[in-house]
Amino acid sequence: MSATISFSAQLINLFAALILLLAFAMLAQRRVMQLINLFAYQGLALCLSTLVVAVSTGQTHLYWSAGLTLLLKALLLPWILHRLVRRLQVKWDVESLINIPTTMLVGIGLVIVAFNVAHPISELSSTITRGTLAIALAVVMLAFLMMITRTKAIPQVVGFLAMENGLFLAATSATYGMPMVVELGIALDVLVGAIILGVFFFQIREQFDSLDIRHMERLKDN
Amino acid sequence: MSTLLPIDILLIAACAWLAIGLAGLVAPGNTRFIAKTLFPLGALVGMLVGLVALGFLGESPETAVLVVGLPDLPFHLRLDNLTAVFAMLLGFTSVGISIYAAGYFRQGQGSAPGVLGLEYHVFLASMLLVLLADDAYAFMVAWESMALSSFLLVTTDHRHEEIRRAGFLYLLIAHVGAIAILLSFGVMTSGSGDYTFAGMRAQHLSPFWASAAYLLALVGFGAKAGLVPIHVWLPEAHPAAPSPVSAMMSGVMLKTAIYGLLRVSFDLLGSDLWWWGVVALAVGLVTALFGVLYSTVQNDMKRLLAYSSIENIGLIVVGIGLTLIFHAYRMEALAALAMTAVLYHCLAHAGFKSLLFLCTGSVLHATKERSLGKLGGLIHRMPWVAWLALAGVIASAGLPPLSGFVSEWLLLQSFLFSPGLPHPWLNMVVPVAAALVALVAALAGFAMVKFFGIIFLGQMREPALKDAHDAGTWEKVGLSWLALLTLLLGILPSTVISRIDAATHQLLGVGLADKLNEQGWWMLAPISPERASYEPLIFLVTIAATLLLGRWLVRRLYHGRVRRTAAWDCGYWFQGPRAQDTAEGFSQPIRRIFDVMFRLEMHLPTARDSKPYYSVKVEDHFWYWLYLPLARLVSAVSGLVTAVQGGRIAVYLLYSFLTLLGLLLVARP
Amino acid sequence: MISISGLIGQIFAIALALLLAPVLSGWVGQCRAWFQNRTAPPLLQPYYMLHKLFHKDVVLAHGASSLFRSAPFVVFGCMVLACAIIPALSTDLPLAPAADALALVGVFGLARVFISLAAMDVGTSFGTLGGRREMLVGFLAEPALLMVIFTLAMIAQSTSVTTIVETLAHREFLVFPSLAFAGIAFTMVSLAENARVPVDNPATHLELTMIHEAMILEYSGRHLALIEWAASLKLYAYSCLGLALFFPWGIAEGERFSGLLLAIPMLVLKLAIGGFLLAGIETINAKLRIFRAPEFLGTAFMLAVLGLLVRLMLEGSA
Repeated sequence: MSATISFSAQLINLFAALILLLAFAMLAQRRVMQLINLFAYQGLALCLSTLVVAVSTGQTHLYWSAGLTLLLKALLLPWILHRLVRRLQVKWDVESLINIPTTMLVGIGLVIVAFNVAHPISELSSTITRGTLAIALAVVMLAFLMMITRTKAIPQVVGFLAMENGLFLAATSATYGMPMVVELGIALDVLVGAIILGVFFFQIREQFDSLDIRHMERLKDN
Repeated sequence: MSTLLPIDILLIAACAWLAIGLAGLVAPGNTRFIAKTLFPLGALVGMLVGLVALGFLGESPETAVLVVGLPDLPFHLRLDNLTAVFAMLLGFTSVGISIYAAGYFRQGQGSAPGVLGLEYHVFLASMLLVLLADDAYAFMVAWESMALSSFLLVTTDHRHEEIRRAGFLYLLIAHVGAIAILLSFGVMTSGSGDYTFAGMRAQHLSPFWASAAYLLALVGFGAKAGLVPIHVWLPEAHPAAPSPVSAMMSGVMLKTAIYGLLRVSFDLLGSDLWWWGVVALAVGLVTALFGVLYSTVQNDMKRLLAYSSIENIGLIVVGIGLTLIFHAYRMEALAALAMTAVLYHCLAHAGFKSLLFLCTGSVLHATKERSLGKLGGLIHRMPWVAWLALAGVIASAGLPPLSGFVSEWLLLQSFLFSPGLPHPWLNMVVPVAAALVALVAALAGFAMVKFFGIIFLGQMREPALKDAHDAGTWEKVGLSWLALLTLLLGILPSTVISRIDAATHQLLGVGLADKLNEQGWWMLAPISPERASYEPLIFLVTIAATLLLGRWLVRRLYHGRVRRTAAWDCGYWFQGPRAQDTAEGFSQPIRRIFDVMFRLEMHLPTARDSKPYYSVKVEDHFWYWLYLPLARLVSAVSGLVTAVQGGRIAVYLLYSFLTLLGLLLVARP
Repeated sequence: MISISGLIGQIFAIALALLLAPVLSGWVGQCRAWFQNRTAPPLLQPYYMLHKLFHKDVVLAHGASSLFRSAPFVVFGCMVLACAIIPALSTDLPLAPAADALALVGVFGLARVFISLAAMDVGTSFGTLGGRREMLVGFLAEPALLMVIFTLAMIAQSTSVTTIVETLAHREFLVFPSLAFAGIAFTMVSLAENARVPVDNPATHLELTMIHEAMILEYSGRHLALIEWAASLKLYAYSCLGLALFFPWGIAEGERFSGLLLAIPMLVLKLAIGGFLLAGIETINAKLRIFRAPEFLGTAFMLAVLGLLVRLMLEGSA
């Protein structure tokens, strides 16, 4: 079995596994700064895995996506988030609704679900990277879980961005990436989204003196 | 018939036990006669049962029909390899317990000694008959006499209210279980009216009815074995009973339930569906985790052991589940591996848990104290009991080189093969289940260190403990016998497995013996030596050799001087017994980490309390989730029924008359 | 069946473990001192310690029982056995079939139970505290370690340590993603099991923080020497196990002495790097509060389980 899998596929699998590992690390992380750093590492791993796919399949547009990922997710967004945290002076521990070991247990369950759901799909796919589809799905689910369990705004944004990482991984692994136009569009969307959210944070804090989004519950009509 | 067949000898043994029990009635108050004559005789009979069953293993089944029973409904008995394995367990374990009991029972403890002896020996005989029964009728008669005699034994000390309550709860759940078993047998006969096991084997049930029978059997036998959520009687009844009885119930009686489950699911029900295994696996895992967590937080030494029994039963049922799964996918070699783990753990648990229960009996006799918070330091006063208990503790913690580790090792080995399962979800979920088994095993170590450390080590927590004395000769012999069994099961796994393999072979059609016989007797390698191997004897010899060589060298090269002084303890001045961990303190990390699993009532002192005290009470969630709502429901329903109760005889007669009329109308042919 | 060269190799492996283990502890101590800008103790400091301790009288507390006196020897025996079956130099070890990887976990468990019981024996407040904490760390670390072993055993289709190492050394896969998970989990477990910094601090006597030291407070003389030696043997065993599992290059196979000669410098080099990294980890991490330790080990456990799942998904064992 092992002889049939090429070296590049192994590398891609390794990077995919690293992305999953980082997703779990983010789930377990208590510090906001560390969380952002982990997100940056995840972007880096994503960039490297895209690069390996690009080299092994010769698809030139993937080089562009890899570069874009590096620029945006490993450098620009973390930098923006770092600045935000400093400007807002919110270096507190991340609070979560459920305690961390339980979250991780749920995470393990999600991974099992993701792997089993993705199994029949990846059987259909003929790309060399089909194994990673399951991991991509798991990363999306874990990011979702992080958004659900965290109460502060910044970890939620990081969760949102991490989810996008998972989707990107899914795209590269299932179909060797999306068309360039779509990719650029998404990249722009994410960037703009992050900036808007950044503006939002200032507004939220001005309104409530805190970034705890549980305060938003008060905004509804009664 | 000129020669005695093994099944005849076993029957004679059962009768001998009954006779020994009845003989006690001649002089029910004569403790000396009953303890020093009858119980050793019972032990001899137990030895006979064990040896006959051991010798029988590997033979072809024998049957017998007894004349006793109802007209046209005689008792059918059968001795096959599965029965023989469990009869061996019963026989050899009872030897140790009976010898111990000879020294244990004394004057003036509840029931008269003669009555106690009768109950005890009826209990033994009925367990043997449960194993031998070959029709539902004989099985149920034996099963019920087992339940009744053990109930009477539990309530030996019936003057205490809590003991009566525990006994009642036990009897209640035993009967709920018995009804489920009876229904299961009813389903399996599928209306043919043939209540023999042979008749049930011949039936071909549809998957629906087969599943119904399986689930009913799981509930029925689970109630006896202590599976969650029908485990509540176990931690009440085991501590209430006198220690030899607890040992017998935990070591042997729980195994009869496992025997029944194996008999029904592998022998009587021909078909097998993979989800049966999943159900058993899930129930077993929950039971094991629940049992071990609760055992770590107990403060009563016998309750701790009772919960630990629940944990072990859970692990056994996990093994059964794994066997069922492998069996359903026709992976028979792996099924044989898991089945061997199940049988081995039954044997191992019978040995070490009886040993531990008997040790608590000795502690109880010596100190009159069951609460861990009032014990401590007993290794100085009771070295025999302490060192023998250590053997049980190591085996129970699942550590090499004693018996508990072998079965755990086999179970983990069979988990390692589960990714080969052809089912997409199972091949991921089952290996993860192994993680839970590993957690349970590790927690068992925690519970056992607590058990041993708090009772036998440290300073004595009460001044009265200074008068504690070691066990008597009979007790020492009984304990040593069980410790010897634990040791032998630990270091000779291949020899034991090649004997009990006949039962695996009978149930699954394949066994491990052929593989094992290729290697030496000292090596346990169920698949191949490259795949996995364990040589407990060499293991033990290496550690022992290092130990002795190290000791000799240190004394040779340096010296062996020893000085005695007060403990240092980092220079703290207060070193009284109260500075040690209490039982509650020792388990505090568990309560904190797994707090969702417990129902905790805690009182912590504050700085302003004039009389500060600390209390913590751990209760079982299931009482509040399941039993109390159920009890309320029952009492509400019975409240409704009281409306019918008018007190006038004429009305009652009317009810009977109406019922009769209704039945006549409905039940027309 | 047991070849002469195998026997010699076995004895040599045990002797080397006994000799090298204190040096490894000394090396880690030295690196730690350098990292923390202190003057380092000599490399052979643990030897001087052992020699001094063996010379001293054993001072026993009044309440110490026979279990207390025998526990150091049992623990030492367990660690020697563990070192004997871990293929540090060569996979040709006659003792290896005596215990596979699962039994190896059992050996460590046996040693842990004995040392915890010995800690509770004298009946001091610190002793029971240490015993309880050690068992706490143990019951969290043991399942994680077992899961790591499960992952590796699935790759090698065997639980025998030597077979696993041989398989991994000849793997066609260059990079197993599951190994990354297993490796991290193993490192975390090793830190906890060897009483290293994020979980315990081997150099403290502060009551709130110590685990291992609290257990051995009452030991002295030759007993303490054996326990210290056993602790360094444990570190050596874990290091060798980690190196053999995750960096299995340079371990001699078959029955040749030439391989053995090459394996020794390789092992020393790997241990030196490993010890250096360990000191680095210990320096850059702060010790966790005792109730963060379950979280730390829980994470290790999750990672190990995740490694297992990744193994099942990506590397398709079927």
